[in-house]
Amino acid sequence: MTTPTAAAPPSLSADALCFTLNGELERPQSWAPTTTLLSYLRATGRTGSKEGCAEGDCGACAVAIADNSAEGPIFRATNSCILLLGSLHGRAVLTVEGLTQAGEAAHPAQAAMVAALGSQCGYCTPGFVMSLVEATYRPTLAAPGWRREDQLAGNLCRCTGYRPIREALDAVAGSRPADRFAAALCSPAPAAALHVVRDGERFDQPATLDEALALRAADPAARVVAGATDLGLEVTLKGRRWPALLSLEAIAALRGAWVEGQTLVVGATTRLADLEDATEHSIPALHRMLRYFGARAIKSRGTIGGNLCTASPIGDLAPVMLALGAELVAARVSGTRSIPADDFWTGYRSTALTPDELLTHIRVPLPGPRAHQAAFKLSRRRELDISTVAAAFHLELDASGRVERARLAYGGMGPRPLRARGAEDALVGATFDESSVRAAAAALEAELRPLSDHRGSASYRMRVAKNLLLGFLLERQKDGLRAGAAALDLRHTGTLALDAAPGARP
Amino acid sequence: MNAPRTPAADPLHQPAPHESAHLHVRGSALYVDDLPDPPGCLIARAVTSPLAHGRLRALDLRAARATPGVIRVLTAADIPGHNAIGPVVQDEPVLAADLLSFVGQPFALILATSLEAADAAAALVVAEIDPLPAILSIAEALDAGSFLTAPHTICRGAPGAAIDEAPLRVEGSLATGGQDHFYLETQAALVLLEESGSFRVLSSTQHPSEVQREVAGVLGLPSAMVSCEVPRLGGGFGGKESQASGTACLAALGAWATGRPVRMRLRRGEDMRQTGKRHPFWARYRAGFSAEGDLLGLEVELWSDGGATLDLSGAVMDRALFHIDNACFVPALRFVGQVCRTNLPSNTAFRGFGGPQGVAVMQAVLDHAAEVHGFEPLALLRRNLYGGPGRDRAPYGQQVQNNHLHTIIDKLAADADYAGRCAAAAAFNAQSPHRKRGVALHPVKFGISFTKSFLNQAGALVLLYTDGSAQLNHGGTEMGQGLHTKLAAVLAHELGLDPAAVRVMRTSTEKVPNTSPTAASSGTDLNGAAVQDACQTLRARLTPLAATLLGCPVERVRYGGGGVYDAETGARVTHKTLFSKAWMERISLAATGYYATPGIAYDADQGQGTPFYYYAYGAAIAEVELCGLTGEHRLRRVDILHDAGNPLVPTIDVGQVEGAFAQGLGWLTTEELRWDGAGRLLTAGPSTYKIPTAGDLPLALHVALLEGAENPGVVGGSKAVGEPPFMHALAVVSALRRAVAAFGNPGAQVQLRLPATGEALLDAVDAARGGPLL
Ligand SMILES: Cc1cc2nc3c(=O)[nH]c(=O)nc-3n(C[C@H](O)[C@H](O)[C@H](O)COP(=O)(O)OP(=O)(O)OC[C@H]3O[C@@H](n4cnc5c(N)ncnc54)[C@H](O)[C@@H]3O)c2cc1C
Ligand code: FES
Ligand code: FES
Repeated sequence: MTTPTAAAPPSLSADALCFTLNGELERPQSWAPTTTLLSYLRATGRTGSKEGCAEGDCGACAVAIADNSAEGPIFRATNSCILLLGSLHGRAVLTVEGLTQAGEAAHPAQAAMVAALGSQCGYCTPGFVMSLVEATYRPTLAAPGWRREDQLAGNLCRCTGYRPIREALDAVAGSRPADRFAAALCSPAPAAALHVVRDGERFDQPATLDEALALRAADPAARVVAGATDLGLEVTLKGRRWPALLSLEAIAALRGAWVEGQTLVVGATTRLADLEDATEHSIPALHRMLRYFGARAIKSRGTIGGNLCTASPIGDLAPVMLALGAELVAARVSGTRSIPADDFWTGYRSTALTPDELLTHIRVPLPGPRAHQAAFKLSRRRELDISTVAAAFHLELDASGRVERARLAYGGMGPRPLRARGAEDALVGATFDESSVRAAAAALEAELRPLSDHRGSASYRMRVAKNLLLGFLLERQKDGLRAGAAALDLRHTGTLALDAAPGARP
Repeated sequence: MNAPRTPAADPLHQPAPHESAHLHVRGSALYVDDLPDPPGCLIARAVTSPLAHGRLRALDLRAARATPGVIRVLTAADIPGHNAIGPVVQDEPVLAADLLSFVGQPFALILATSLEAADAAAALVVAEIDPLPAILSIAEALDAGSFLTAPHTICRGAPGAAIDEAPLRVEGSLATGGQDHFYLETQAALVLLEESGSFRVLSSTQHPSEVQREVAGVLGLPSAMVSCEVPRLGGGFGGKESQASGTACLAALGAWATGRPVRMRLRRGEDMRQTGKRHPFWARYRAGFSAEGDLLGLEVELWSDGGATLDLSGAVMDRALFHIDNACFVPALRFVGQVCRTNLPSNTAFRGFGGPQGVAVMQAVLDHAAEVHGFEPLALLRRNLYGGPGRDRAPYGQQVQNNHLHTIIDKLAADADYAGRCAAAAAFNAQSPHRKRGVALHPVKFGISFTKSFLNQAGALVLLYTDGSAQLNHGGTEMGQGLHTKLAAVLAHELGLDPAAVRVMRTSTEKVPNTSPTAASSGTDLNGAAVQDACQTLRARLTPLAATLLGCPVERVRYGGGGVYDAETGARVTHKTLFSKAWMERISLAATGYYATPGIAYDADQGQGTPFYYYAYGAAIAEVELCGLTGEHRLRRVDILHDAGNPLVPTIDVGQVEGAFAQGLGWLTTEELRWDGAGRLLTAGPSTYKIPTAGDLPLALHVALLEGAENPGVVGGSKAVGEPPFMHALAVVSALRRAVAAFGNPGAQVQLRLPATGEALLDAVDAARGGPLL
């Protein structure tokens, strides 16, 4: 009987990939830098994890990785289909096969799924079970609330209608049984340095920023990878391979968020789930956008730096950075520089970074005493979807309710994330009320030219972009026009926090 | 074997988990692509048409063939048998030889040692194609006169005159969208070569007999040389009824050509691009009502988008026509339906099989009438329900018997406080300018049976072993719907076995031949009756022996409680004793069972007959809140009361109701298939095609099964439950229409297109309030 362990494998070297799989050492022989964990698992006969999409969007492939978090050490459920095998070097992974050994009773997460009739065809079930395993050992899930709702958002089921799966979640969430898994969680090992060349393809995963910058300078053509929730799709959907990958996974110094004066400093490889925790009280507007972002399984791997550097015109955090007036810190061997968010996105999927630079930190000003902020995300589906329109607003009002400063930013309204300067001008100097909002909306119409695509028509995008300004006003009025940002529950009717937060489940 | 359960309890009508649940949660339930690679196994992938319509002029495969790891590249010319498959008419090439008729149609097959090699080779295939004009929608097909079927007409009385003379009229149209099945497990097959040139096909199919027949046809072999086995399906929903055959035939062709085992699994994008979906429909209606709201006459024309080939489109259209009436008696009517041919993947079966598209028309008619003529919607519905003298004949002449509609609607409306919640929504709306609520009830009446009457048959094979255990084989496939769980319960009940002693075997054409697809909600009704039949045969053989062992007359022998006993004295023998004694006495312990549904027949030329064995009923109440700034909505609460007869395993049936509702909800709200102007699917993956997530379902989802609804003539008094609850989701559409209406003035028709996405809803709200807000 193998006891799972989250500690680093004993004999870790930087020249051969090695990680712990269900408590046993795994030393993959046949793999490439672009091999995903799911394809490795299935090719080696561990077929419990399923492929439903190979693009991070269904959760059938979920596995759990032991990791530290704000709530202590946890098993993070995440999508193995877009997880690069090399990034696991030194870490401990749990798959569905590892939950019960011969002769052992089912894990509580498994037993709860059986008891609640949480499986029909069963194909999604291993993935849900892994999300439930994460839930079982998360202290913050002991009480119901948005974190519980969020726990299932990354798993699709086409058979059940989810009610029984939610029941199974409720049965185990935050229960933290004192079992061998809990025991194994004591000190989760981080990713370790790895430098290998496989079939002519290089995979470098340095442990320090200096090494990373040196590698960047030596080979600016090497592709940078952080959480791979974006890059992984190029592998699985387009079959891309690269001569060299530079993974930021093992650089501890780039991870974490802390306050310096009136600024929240965020390391570029901070996981979105951790950022969500870090901003809940300090920057509610950013937190609110993160709630709507993908799903927890994606947020447990994806990083803020990856989201900003991938420079998608429909990325969710760029508009927030623009509205909040963030600065992006870039480093190269010869030094660092600070780039205002306004100058970072230079065009369709392009940034101001030079090929030898890495994004290292993001500096986000904390909301001041006169700041009104909000972030909105409109998508076809509430959970796990890409924005049709994303918006982030920042206003500073004087004592009389007049707008002193305005930053209105949108995603999905052009070829890159952008500020609506005309609408801002229409607001500045005016009282924040319906008539100034109408003037700003008219300015929006004049300055933005959104596209029509399968997510929405140009007309829908434009109407929503304008209506969100009104929604922002209504939200602020609901709070008596006091400075701040409204909190939002995932169970609200839409992206606007206009209704009372719904209560507990009937 | 089943999960351990307390022995002795009769499992019928008792709650139970899915029989494979303990395997599902351990990841040890095996699906086709989980089966280990046999030695020498190759991977197959298709090369598919980039154009919606074109003629393949030349194909250069040299570079593809020279790719390292590639073993063979096959084209239509390599097919030894018929290059034509199809469930009704064989009009679909396995590999297109000349004419390409949709984007994603396979025209070459690569066999390689790895998927990467196959992908590399596919990129090197050079195809010269002369483009032809493509038809990409129902509207374009109507303009071009492009059809797959002749019109099917159902007629009663003189609807034209009835409508013309009616005091109130409505006239309009309704488009319902397609829907991808999005079974979590994509199409998959693994083909093994066996002795003397025979083939074993492991397929994720709802219709193993069709896979067997099609593979035999394509390879030019007798059916006896091909076996098809189904371990289990990771979801089917109709998408693997006829369309699992394509993947199976390609894999089999590859195995035949290379002499090696071949595996083929479509990746999500391939599955979504290459396979058919729920049929989009377009309907035009004209209806007349009395001043009090009685429906006097209804004319409906239906067109569906069948895609490039016929597939099951004819039968889907039939079922749509059979369900336009839904719960309402229509005195005078004319329903006409015709299937369009377009240059899109051939649309196919999907839970409800046209029924939802038909039912949606009656809903549109009633909602429309209520909106413009000011009827209270539930009152209008109640006036028009089946029931009462002379009001019990469906449009095609069948009598609507055992009508539970009134009972269900009354109970549901009372239990869920329909009236009180409508009033509360109105009060909320009066004080809320930007958020509006809507509450609506929607009924369902759904006909059970394959509308092609000959399909209503099934077989079973029960094998008893001398230690008291049993193997159950039947013609149905397990795809999550709990069929195996139910049939194991039926077998255990019939022979008094502990369910833990019953093992349900993989579905195989070697055990039960010439089966019908597991479809039309019929799996339990048909196969369950066949299992009963086999058990009767076995009991007839075993009871005299049991009587001897028990020392009682045969009339007193009972099967139950994990044994066989004397009803009077309670004396019992174990199954082990009985079965081993029977073996010693040379009594056969294997029996087949067979069932054919009695009394159904339909004459399509006359549009008259009794296509259904019975009807299933239900109703749902939905409450929504709609944001007038963004078009987003939230389902606040849903209550469903559904008639599953006397449910064989009630927990399974509740799961079917909830799951069907969720799937219907997706069809009607978030799931939208978008194609570009060249017939290429833009939404070919879950990042762009959005099925509901957990957060889309209401926290308050109350599902109840109608009590005391024994269904005579069906195994255990139960009712089919797979498809009917899909239509409960239509309640959401009516509720949304009511919320939209609250943004405008009374008396206006709500302009809501389906699916009711955020954009469709904001458009509808803007139309209701006479323009955009800002
Ligand atoms: C299912 C799913 C849902 C998603 N939902 C959302 C969503 O709701 N909203 C949204 O905005 N996005 C979404 N995404 C996109 C993606 O997850 C995010 O953009 C994520 O933040 C990317 O982070 P990553 O660390 O995984 O990036 P990676 O994939 O590792 O990298 C992305 C790109 O950034 C570059 N890069 C990464 N870090 C650095 C750095 N420090 N310096 C320089 N270059 C760098 C890489 O070279 C690469 O080109 C989703 C993706 C998936 C698969
Ligand atoms: S396979 Fe769908 S998320 Fe990984
Ligand atoms: S049980 Fe079938 S997809 Fe969830």
